[in-house]
Amino acid sequence: MAAQYPSQLSHSRRDFIKSVGCLTIAFVLGSGADVLAGESVVADELPESLAKNPRINAWLEVLANGRVRVLTGKTEIGQGIRTAVAQIAAEELNMSMERVEVVLAETGRTPDERYTSGSASIETSGMSIRYAAAAARQQLLGLAARQLRVKASQLRLADGMIRTTDGKRQLSFTQLLKGKQLQGEVKLPVQLKAKSEYQHVGKPVRRDDIERMVRAEPVYVQDLRFPGMVHARVLRPTSYWGKLAKLDTAEMQRQIPGLLKTVVDGSFVGFIAEKECQAKGAQDYGIQHAQWTNGPALPTKQALPELLTTLPAITKRAVNKGDMSSFDATTAGSAPTDASLSARYFKPYLMHASVGPSCAVALFDQEDSLHIWTHSQGVYPLRNTLAALLKMPPERIHVKAVPGSGCYGHNGADDVAADAALLARAYPGRHVRLQWSRDDEHAWEPYGSAMLMQLDARLDSEGSITHWQNNIWSDTHSTRPGGKPESLLAARLLAQPALPTPATEVSSAIYRNGEPLYAIPNQRLDTHYVQGPLRVSALRGLGAFGNVFALESFMDELALQAKQDPWEFRLRHLTDKRAKAVIQRTREMIKNEKLAPGEGFGLGFAQYKNQAAYCAVVAKVHVAEEMGTIRALHLWAAIDAGETINPDGLKNQTEGGMIQASSWTLKEEVLFNEQHITSRQWETYPIFRFDEVPAVTVSIIDRPTEKPLGAGEAAQGPTAAALANAVFQACGKRIRSLPIRPEKLVQIKES
Amino acid sequence: MEAEFTLHVNGQARTVRVDPATPLLYVLRDDLGLNGPKFGCGLQQCGSCMVLLDTIAWPSCQLPVANVQNAAITTLEGLTRPDGSLHPVQQAFVDEQAAQCGYCLNGMVMSAVALLTVHPKPDDQTIRNALFRVLCRCGVHSRALAAIKKAADSMKS
Repeated sequence: MAAQYPSQLSHSRRDFIKSVGCLTIAFVLGSGADVLAGESVVADELPESLAKNPRINAWLEVLANGRVRVLTGKTEIGQGIRTAVAQIAAEELNMSMERVEVVLAETGRTPDERYTSGSASIETSGMSIRYAAAAARQQLLGLAARQLRVKASQLRLADGMIRTTDGKRQLSFTQLLKGKQLQGEVKLPVQLKAKSEYQHVGKPVRRDDIERMVRAEPVYVQDLRFPGMVHARVLRPTSYWGKLAKLDTAEMQRQIPGLLKTVVDGSFVGFIAEKECQAKGAQDYGIQHAQWTNGPALPTKQALPELLTTLPAITKRAVNKGDMSSFDATTAGSAPTDASLSARYFKPYLMHASVGPSCAVALFDQEDSLHIWTHSQGVYPLRNTLAALLKMPPERIHVKAVPGSGCYGHNGADDVAADAALLARAYPGRHVRLQWSRDDEHAWEPYGSAMLMQLDARLDSEGSITHWQNNIWSDTHSTRPGGKPESLLAARLLAQPALPTPATEVSSAIYRNGEPLYAIPNQRLDTHYVQGPLRVSALRGLGAFGNVFALESFMDELALQAKQDPWEFRLRHLTDKRAKAVIQRTREMIKNEKLAPGEGFGLGFAQYKNQAAYCAVVAKVHVAEEMGTIRALHLWAAIDAGETINPDGLKNQTEGGMIQASSWTLKEEVLFNEQHITSRQWETYPIFRFDEVPAVTVSIIDRPTEKPLGAGEAAQGPTAAALANAVFQACGKRIRSLPIRPEKLVQIKES
Repeated sequence: MEAEFTLHVNGQARTVRVDPATPLLYVLRDDLGLNGPKFGCGLQQCGSCMVLLDTIAWPSCQLPVANVQNAAITTLEGLTRPDGSLHPVQQAFVDEQAAQCGYCLNGMVMSAVALLTVHPKPDDQTIRNALFRVLCRCGVHSRALAAIKKAADSMKS
């Protein structure tokens, strides 16, 4: 369908439509009383999740009491998705938020939206629910028009009732549907409510789950209790590739009170007991008495940055723009000139480090069906994975998402669910609650990959970047199981072990944000995918964290070379107005801030994935070399996530993103020796404590007429670069290897 | 060997039959069915399992049940008033929306309640020191600080 662009379309809107290409939107002036005044929007392309599941009642059920139930295939991971989708549905249906209840991801119940990941919940699930709710409103009005024998344009839907505009006649949902549900599919065109009429969307609506949390109601998977539920712990090898040699289970049965069953399958060991502390007692006994053989050693002879570049690699040229031949000719032999710059940056393995270790409840019932309660980010993919692991038909597996401790990506959630399923199968008929220990989580979760970034660039006589080359070495950034049981931790431990087959293609997650948004005529990006020594998977931002740290640090190094202000240097290389706006906003935010001796400001910017939210971060740090301290004092972010659904939710995510990324940047690094991970608890893997946390300030550039952009991961990379750049301004020393710890200052000369 | 213990939890005498070495956390969660204190590390490093012993905030994950028979134990549940209204610290965390996943919220709220009994008007650094034991991974620290200041103000007035 061809797009129509009426004359009132603004330039920015027109540019936007051009840039997204596939999305065509036409405006119509208010048609019908229901739409009220103002311009409503007719969308003619369905959001991805909705296109796969176009039935209205897959997303929305109309309840008898004038309420609606929204079904999302996404899960709550602390991002407030429950509230955001309720806002969206309440808006399109003109009802109060109290009338909307939300069902989170559950197989057989909600749409299959795969994983709650990639900052995509609003863009996919939220927009699907918006369209489904708008279609529901259209259908309800149509039904009412027929029942009341009036035109739909003479009807208005509000607060669970449909009334004629003269107010004389009304119908409740119950009278209208008579116990039936809305039928049919969301069909184009869908007429959306005029944004000028919004009551809920764009407002800082409170999350109702926070009150349930402070009241200590059962919110988390850890809080689930079922009649007859038993408790489990697992026992892990003493080395990363260790194998079980001996465990005297008969002796354990005599020694451990309450022990119901010990499950041993190869090197997978689990204990089931009546009470949780008894299961823990069994685990403690196993730690003391089980004997293991060591597997192959982990590589410790080479430093990790060096190791990454020497491992066998699959290389992909992800970007090749303009003409790099003159650049290659000069870099081949000659020494670097004033106009060229090279730098190498490193990001270590990082941990998700959830405060609550992973947990799951599993029940193998009398009908040979398996039920799982999990904080996994993907109930349908987990179901398929468990079906393959347990050789069961997926229809016999029911997976329900329940919130857990924040995960920030793919932590131990899927692994613990698989462990629980294996144990429940061995002990059918009772709910088995498996709680991982702190050590289980720290040592065995799939980490965020270590990365090395080599950047080379050239400036012209005006100080503009003419050539840019980026080489990235990294393992993959996602091994979410997605139906492949060998991705699960248990799979490598079983008597018939399975190991993931390394990917043969280079995942784009490695070079996420590896291409700068800056206008640079000649560019090359080579990605070298290597298999590192540790288990890895998706950690908030994936490759973007390391890549933005590197390229935004490098931008400051180039600005210095070009003798330009870091803000101006970025602005002159940008054409995207929204990108410029967030950078300019940060300058506004700090204009009254002063620097004391030892303090510095630093800027970092990225548009997440080069297509989601725009975010610029400024850090203010204090460096005291003689004291051996680097402190983040204050972080400011300006963020443009397009149409903001819930500004307080967006602020909360951005504040938290900056604080978490500061902890990653200044403190964190997963360490290992030949045998095993040595970062095993909070003393050996320290994260920010309250005395270290900077003040945070967030400014939102709301663009209600633009589409919403994923924002939950936008601050991670910019924060790292902002801190590195601020440390440089504070003390003249450039740290290119994360974490930015004070001891590294000693090894670096001032530039 | 299991033995009987009478604990004073949230204003009530509760009798449990457990091994004397059982950490209080397990008794509170598994024998008494409470949700407030959470398992985080079992090493007294993260504060997720914080409870009040009389008026002091203390992690419950390594505290043998045999040692706390004489203390008045308060969990997050016990802060809510009998009429269902929230303690000012609980209310301030709701008002400031000081949570993301909320798993660490117990440790923050319990630590803050203990702090405000000895420091009714704490400054920023005093609050940070009082919450030093509590780890938060989502990064809601700045909101927690704001909530605790707000609670202090509301309790004073």
